Amino acid sequence: MKELVVISGKGGTGKTSIVASFASLAQNKALADCDVDAADLHLVLAPRILSRERFVGGRDVRILPGHCTACGKCEEICRFDAIYFDGPGNGMVPKTFRIDPLACEGCGVCAHFCAENAIESKDAQSGEWFISETRHGPMVHARLFAAQENSGKLVSLVRKQAKQLAQERGLELLLVDGSPGIGCPVIASVTGTDFVLIVTEPTLSGKHDLGRVLELTKHFGVKSAVCVNKFDLNVEMTEAIEAFAQESGAKALNRIRYDVAVTKAQVMGTTVVDYTTGAVAQEIKALWQQVVSEMR
Amino acid sequence: MKIAIASGKGGTGKTTVATCLSVLLSRAGCHVAYLDCDVEEPNGHIFLKPEITGQERVYLPVPVVDQDKCTLCRKCEEICQYNAIVCMGKKTLVFQELCHACGGCVLVCPANAISEIDREIGLVEDGRAGDVAFAQGKLKIGEALSPPLVKAVKRRALADGISVLDAPPGTTCPVVETVRDADLVILVTEPTPFGLNDLKLAIDMTRQIGIPIAVVINRCDVGDDKTLRYCKQHKIDVLAEIPDDRDVAVAYSTGKLPIDAVKGYSDRLQPLVQRLWGGTR
Repeated sequence: MKELVVISGKGGTGKTSIVASFASLAQNKALADCDVDAADLHLVLAPRILSRERFVGGRDVRILPGHCTACGKCEEICRFDAIYFDGPGNGMVPKTFRIDPLACEGCGVCAHFCAENAIESKDAQSGEWFISETRHGPMVHARLFAAQENSGKLVSLVRKQAKQLAQERGLELLLVDGSPGIGCPVIASVTGTDFVLIVTEPTLSGKHDLGRVLELTKHFGVKSAVCVNKFDLNVEMTEAIEAFAQESGAKALNRIRYDVAVTKAQVMGTTVVDYTTGAVAQEIKALWQQVVSEMR
Repeated sequence: MKIAIASGKGGTGKTTVATCLSVLLSRAGCHVAYLDCDVEEPNGHIFLKPEITGQERVYLPVPVVDQDKCTLCRKCEEICQYNAIVCMGKKTLVFQELCHACGGCVLVCPANAISEIDREIGLVEDGRAGDVAFAQGKLKIGEALSPPLVKAVKRRALADGISVLDAPPGTTCPVVETVRDADLVILVTEPTPFGLNDLKLAIDMTRQIGIPIAVVINRCDVGDDKTLRYCKQHKIDVLAEIPDDRDVAVAYSTGKLPIDAVKGYSDRLQPLVQRLWGGTR
């Protein structure tokens, strides 16, 4: 089985629309949505959820106001400025310490060192993940709860489960929708994969971000290729980006034009290649053929 | 005052709004800082073209183990929530890139075998773009942990005047770090199913934190009217609706600010300028 991860560096370049079309074009594949921050693939593929599981991402740490003696040890050792001296009073002290859950990284160090055992630290459910069936094959996806951490851990979990699912069903390909950026969820999406397709756009921002994401794939030794989406917005910039990609050791694959049909397909809840037979669909099909031969 | 520009979905026009707003506020006589908190892919510099005058490297303290003193008691491994320190065979190994620098292992080690060294995760650059104070974070390639760098960028916020925080896309740690102490979060979206889905996630996040929000609908004439209806229904202020314009896309592609390159564009953002600067003057 081969795994293809589609990422972009810059957000909003059309990654998910291309993945959805690939899902329609590819045979014998499973799908994984690893953009757990802002997952969108389900909006096009309309998954029917078969199983739903809890994702325990980190720890919920809380000071029990009834037990706190306000000694200040926790505040002293917390590296994340997450402890405030404005908790409610109790019979012993007029004020207690309190943890700001947004600043807390869940390291649990305060709980370990609290002499009064006044700090509770327990597993926190920070999201859920699903195995689903779609009209284009099985899919593993997830939802991280609002303002939660550890998206990288959830991405690794989604990828692992999707691989397992693909193997169980004897499928030949795992198609992964990644997230923008170069940080923790992206690293978790690309490490050890077979092939990375980077979808960019012909803008200075697109070029700048492509440079950083290509350094990332190089850093992790992953084979990658580049596609310029909406290339006709600036053909000169498209050429500059393709030349830059080649210099950086990534092949420039077929370009895709700007077409309102891409947005229309999204509004209709379908993939571009299922929505139209126009030039944009032909270009996506040509891109897919190239990706297939590159992965061989 | 801190104003964060965020979006959920990427590529909706966050940086365009943040850079244009910074310049317009400054032209209106407001003291402004533009802080690029998208440390994974900072793009504001492309449009503001700042003169960079200062640089600060940002480090995290990570553990090193003195193997001669280590008794392999595994207390460090037990306290670490990130699997960043592990006893293997006759050695205690540190996986620096997994470490969140909580310092727990140093405190818990009974043999005093663990000390800390500084590990560089990126840098913050400072400068000026005309009258706008500028700062951006640049995460080192291969680093997973961006929030500490976002924090370092935010230390450049102005004591008075307006600091415009350009957030990364998404709804997790680096975004939360950017917006958590903002006075207002402006969510830039586009009226498509992806845009609306991610807008709802971003609204969820900001509501959880408890920050006031307002919305800018970019390319307001593509897609459908569900986003506008959603905002109305949930009583969310829509501060600007900006029509799709190829000239804006072309200006953007070459790093030009649309307020300078496209006629009439700055009028679209005037309600934002009014709301932010008209009210505090």
